[in-house]
Amino acid sequence: MQGNIASAEGALAAGCTFFGGYPITPSTEVAEHMATRMPKIKGACFIQMEDEIASIAAVIGAAWTGARSMTATSGPGFSLMMENIGYAVMTETPCVIVNIQRGGPSTGQPTMAAQGDIMQVKFGSHGDYSIIALAPSSVQECFDLTAKAFNLADRFRTPVFLMADEVIGHMREKIEIPDSVEIVRPKPLPEGALPFAPGPDGVSGFAAFGTGRHIPVTGLTHDERGYPDTTNPARHESLVRRLVSKIEDARHDIADYSIVNEEAEYVFVCYGAPVRTVREVVERLRLPDTGYLQLRTVWPFPEGLLSRFPKVKAFIVPEMNLGMMAREIERHVSVPVIPVSKIGGDLHTPEELVEAVKAAGGLL
Amino acid sequence: MRHEIRFSGFGGQGIILSAVILGRAAALYDQKYAVQTQVYGPEARGGASMSAVIIDDEPILFPKVRDPDTYVIMSQQGFEKYGKSPRDDAVMLLDSDLVHDRPSCTWVGIPATLSAKKDLGREIVANIIMLGALTTATTVVSGPALEKAILDSVPKGTEDLNLKAMRRGQELGIEGGSS
Repeated sequence: MQGNIASAEGALAAGCTFFGGYPITPSTEVAEHMATRMPKIKGACFIQMEDEIASIAAVIGAAWTGARSMTATSGPGFSLMMENIGYAVMTETPCVIVNIQRGGPSTGQPTMAAQGDIMQVKFGSHGDYSIIALAPSSVQECFDLTAKAFNLADRFRTPVFLMADEVIGHMREKIEIPDSVEIVRPKPLPEGALPFAPGPDGVSGFAAFGTGRHIPVTGLTHDERGYPDTTNPARHESLVRRLVSKIEDARHDIADYSIVNEEAEYVFVCYGAPVRTVREVVERLRLPDTGYLQLRTVWPFPEGLLSRFPKVKAFIVPEMNLGMMAREIERHVSVPVIPVSKIGGDLHTPEELVEAVKAAGGLL
Repeated sequence: MRHEIRFSGFGGQGIILSAVILGRAAALYDQKYAVQTQVYGPEARGGASMSAVIIDDEPILFPKVRDPDTYVIMSQQGFEKYGKSPRDDAVMLLDSDLVHDRPSCTWVGIPATLSAKKDLGREIVANIIMLGALTTATTVVSGPALEKAILDSVPKGTEDLNLKAMRRGQELGIEGGSS
C-alpha cells in the first residue's frame, strides 16, 4: 500500500466522515482515495472544493457539526490555508491537515520530497499559537499517525498536522491494518458550562452545532461565552496563553518517539523520510557510537528527550531543508548540533550520514 | 537474501505497475519485506520511466534502490538513463527488440513487446511478459506469488490475457536464459 493511501485509510479507520480538499501533487492520492471510498460509507462526505482556502474552511465547518474532518495538501496549498489554520486554532476546532511536503518555496518542485514546511506548520499563521504536528517515516506510520491525529485533535481541540513528505507519501510497503483503532472523542461540554471555559487541562468541552447549545464561534479574541472582547489586554493574554499552554504543557504526554542506543556519543535526531537513512546507518550498518532519537511528534517539541543521552558529544540532524529543526534543538542543548541539510528532492544516502559522523569527530 | 530490482522503459509501458505487482508478490505472497519506489514526475509520460523494488528477508530501512542486482529494461532510452552501469554480477532482462545496446553484466533477451503483439494480440501486456520471465530467469520472486499479485492488480476481464502473458514470459525466461 502507498503512504498516501495508508493515510486516507488511517483517517477512515478513525471515523473521519468529512474530507474537503483540492488536489495537489504529491498529496493527490489522499483525496483520490477518499473520493473513491467515502461515497460508499454511510454519513461520509467528500467534497472537492474550489481551492485550498475553501477546503480548510469547509473542514472547519464540518468539524463544528461534530464530524471528524480532514484535508490533504502540499506546500502551495498549505500556504493558502494559513489564515484559516489560525482561525481553527483561535476557535479551537479539532481537525486534521495532511501535508505531503514537496520542494519550495512557491511551486518549487512538485514531484520531489522536502521537509521545508516544518517551521511554517508551527509559525505560518499570524499571532502566537501552538499546534500538534506528527511526522511519519513509513507507510505503517502514515496509517497509525493519521488515525492518532484525530484523537489528539479532539482531545486538545486543535488542528493536528501530518507532516509527511513525497518519499513516504509515494512509497509502497506492506502494512498491518488493525481490526479497530483507539478512538478518543472530545470531552463533552458539561450542562450549564460556558463553551470556552477551560477544564483543568486548559481544554474546553465540545458541543457540536445542532445539539441545542448556544455557541458563538469567532476568530476575534473572545470571552468564555464565545463573545468578542477585543480591547481587553488581560482577556487576550489569558486566552492566547491558554491556547499555547494547553498544548505545550502536555508536550511530554503528546510525545511519540523512538530512542535507540542511549549510550551513543553521536546522536541523530530525525523525523520523516531521513529516519530511514538514520536507521540504515545505526541499525543495519551498526556504525559505532551512534544512536538516534526519532520524533514522530515534531511539535510540540519534546525537548526533555534530548537529555536521555548522557554521553552525547554531538547531535546530528539530517533534514530535507536547510536546518530548521536543528536550530530548535540547538536552543535546548549545550553540545554541538550539526545539521545535515539536503534540499533538491533526494533523500540522504547512508554514506552522507556516515560522513557527517566522521566530520563530527566520530569513527576515529 | 536481499534483491534490488530496477525497472525502466517509457511512460505507458506499465513500468510502475510492474514494480507494484512485483512488490506485492514478494510482500504478500512470498512472505518477504518489500519496498517500492519510483521516479515520480510529469516527464515520465513518453519519456524514460523508472521504478524500483527492494525485496529482503529483513525489514527494509533505507528505501531507495541504489545498486540493483536485477534489471528489467524495456526501452533504449531507459537503458541509457537507468541501465548503463550495472554491477558485474547483476542480471539484466531486456526487451530484446526495443533495447539495442547490451550491458557488461549477464543479460537475458526477452522479445516481450513483439510476443505480446504477435502471440497475444495485445502489446499492453509486454510488462507482464517481462515479469513472468523474472520468475524463471532469476530467483527474486516465485511463480505462484507473482500469479496471485497479477490477479490482484489487473482489471476485471483481463485475467486470462494477463496470465497467458505471464506464462509466455516464463517460457521466454527459460529460452532467453539458455541462449
